[in-house]
Amino acid sequence: MVPVRTYWASETAAVLDLEGEVTLERQRRIWWLANLFRELPGLREVVPGMNNLTIEVDPLATDGARLLEDLEDGWQRSVAADTAVRQVEIPVHYGGGAGADLDVVAAHAGLSRAQVIERHTGALYTVFFLGFLPGFAYLGGMDPRLATPRRREPRLEVPAGSVAIGGSQTAVYPVASPGGWQVIGRTDTRLFDIERDPPALLRPGDTVRFFDAGSGS
Amino acid sequence: MITVLQPGMQASVQDHGRPGLRHLGVGLSGALDRLSLSIGNALVGNPPGAAGLELTLPPAQLRFESDCLVALTGADCPAQLDGSSVGAGRAIAVGAGQTLRLGEARAGARAYLCVSGGIDVAPVLGSRSTDLQAHIGGLEGRALRKGDRLAVGPAGLPASQAALRANGYAGAAPPAVVRLPQPGGAIRVLPGPEFEEFDGAAREAFLQTAWTVAPQSNRMGFRLQGPALTRANSRDMNSHAVFPGFVQVPPGGAPIVLMADAQATGGYPRIATVIAADLWRVAQVRPGGAVTFELAGREQAQGASQRQRRYLSRLQDGLDAHRSQR
Repeated sequence: MVPVRTYWASETAAVLDLEGEVTLERQRRIWWLANLFRELPGLREVVPGMNNLTIEVDPLATDGARLLEDLEDGWQRSVAADTAVRQVEIPVHYGGGAGADLDVVAAHAGLSRAQVIERHTGALYTVFFLGFLPGFAYLGGMDPRLATPRRREPRLEVPAGSVAIGGSQTAVYPVASPGGWQVIGRTDTRLFDIERDPPALLRPGDTVRFFDAGSGS
Repeated sequence: MITVLQPGMQASVQDHGRPGLRHLGVGLSGALDRLSLSIGNALVGNPPGAAGLELTLPPAQLRFESDCLVALTGADCPAQLDGSSVGAGRAIAVGAGQTLRLGEARAGARAYLCVSGGIDVAPVLGSRSTDLQAHIGGLEGRALRKGDRLAVGPAGLPASQAALRANGYAGAAPPAVVRLPQPGGAIRVLPGPEFEEFDGAAREAFLQTAWTVAPQSNRMGFRLQGPALTRANSRDMNSHAVFPGFVQVPPGGAPIVLMADAQATGGYPRIATVIAADLWRVAQVRPGGAVTFELAGREQAQGASQRQRRYLSRLQDGLDAHRSQR
C-alpha cells in the first residue's frame, strides 16, 4: 500500500500527497482520480502534480471534511487511467545560438556534444503533468547521465521553444520566461497556442520523442 | 475608446482571471485587488468581473474618446478630470475628449479604473486579464504603454451628465458614494503544510517581523525582506499546485507571497497561506512598504470570506435600489 496523506494546503486547496517514489503507474492513478472530481460543486481547479493531486474549491460551496475523505477513498479504489497514448515528435535544433548551454551539459556529463544529443533524442519521455507555465510539460524518462545543475544565475529571458535541462529533468519552454535551466536547443513546435483547442500541445500520459533537426544557429 | 497618455509604473487590463486552467499550466491572473475591481464595477453597473484597468503606482493619465461612466477604487490617489478634482468610490460621468489624471497614491499601491461596459479587448481562454508572465490576454499580453487605445464595451448605464443627474449620480451625495474598504493591518494567514518544518525561531520570526516588500516584487509574487527563515527539515519536495496567497520560502530563506500571475505549480516549502479575504490588502502594499502576518484558523478565514461577499452583495443591492428609485 502506498502511504497517502490528505490535507488542506490553504483555505481553498485540498491535497492528496503520495509518499515515496514517483512512478508512471502512480501518476496514471492520479490522472484517474483527477477525473473523479471534475463535476464537484464549487470546483475551481483540479491539478495533478508530481505524486500529488490538488483540488481547489470555493470553501463556502463545498463540504470540506467530506472532500478530504473522498480524496482518500478515491485514491484507494483508483486504477491506472486508461489514457490514449499519443506519441508526439518534437524536432530540436541542438547547440549553437539555439542551445548555448549544450557544452555545459556535455562537460558536466563527460560526453561529447554529439553524445548528449544522441542520449537526449534516444529516450522516450512521458508527460507526468503540466505546470509552471502555460503548456509546460514535466517529462519523466531523461537519461540520468544528462542531469545537470541549474545555472547559478538564472537568465532574465529564455526564449519560447527552448529545450532545456534542469537537474534530472528536461522540458521545453512554451513561452519566453526567466529561467535557470541549461538550454541545449530550440524547437519550432508550438507547445502552447491560444488559437488551438486545447491550447496545450501535450497532455499527461503523452509520450514525447525529440529528434535532431540540424544544428541551431 | 480610451487612450493611455501615461501608464504610471505599470498599467494592465484585468478582470477576475481565468480559473480552471491550472492543469494546463495557465495561472489565474486577474486583478491583484479583486475586491476593489468588484466595487468599481458595481459602481458603473458592470458585473463584478468585468475588465477594468489596474494602475500600479500612478501618476497616470487617460483620455476618453467617448462619453462614459467611470469609477476609481483601490489605492487612494488624488484624481482630476480636466483639472477639476473628482473623488474615488463613486460613478463619475466623463465626456468625450476629457482627460483623467491620477496623482501619486497617498495610500495603497494599485488604483482600479472601471468603465461602464468594461474594457473590450478580445478574451483569451475566457478572460480579458493580462497575464504578464505568460504574455497572454489584455492588450497583446503586455503592460499598457503610452499611446495605447482601448475599446469600451456597450454600457449598461447611461453616461451623459443629464442622464446621470437624473439617476442621482452627480455630486458627492450619498448613497451613490461608497465607503471604500481601508487596507493596512496585519495579514491573516493559515499555517501552511510545511509550517511545522520550520524551526521555532523561524516560525516566530515569520509572525513577529514587519516584512519589507522588495522592489523587485511584481504581479507574480511579492518578495519579502527580513530575517532568513530556515527550515529544520531539508527534504526535497515534489512539484505541486500553488495558488495566489501561498507564502513560499525558497532555500535562501526570504519568503515570497504568490500573487495572481503566479506559476501554476511549484516546489518550495509553504510556510503559510494568506486567507482569501486578505489578499487584496497585500496587493495594496507598495514596494518598500511593510507587511506583518498573524495566524488565523479555517473558520475565521471562511467567516471573513463570507463577510466580504455580503459586503459586495449589500453594495450591489444598495446601488440597484438607488438606481430604481430614480
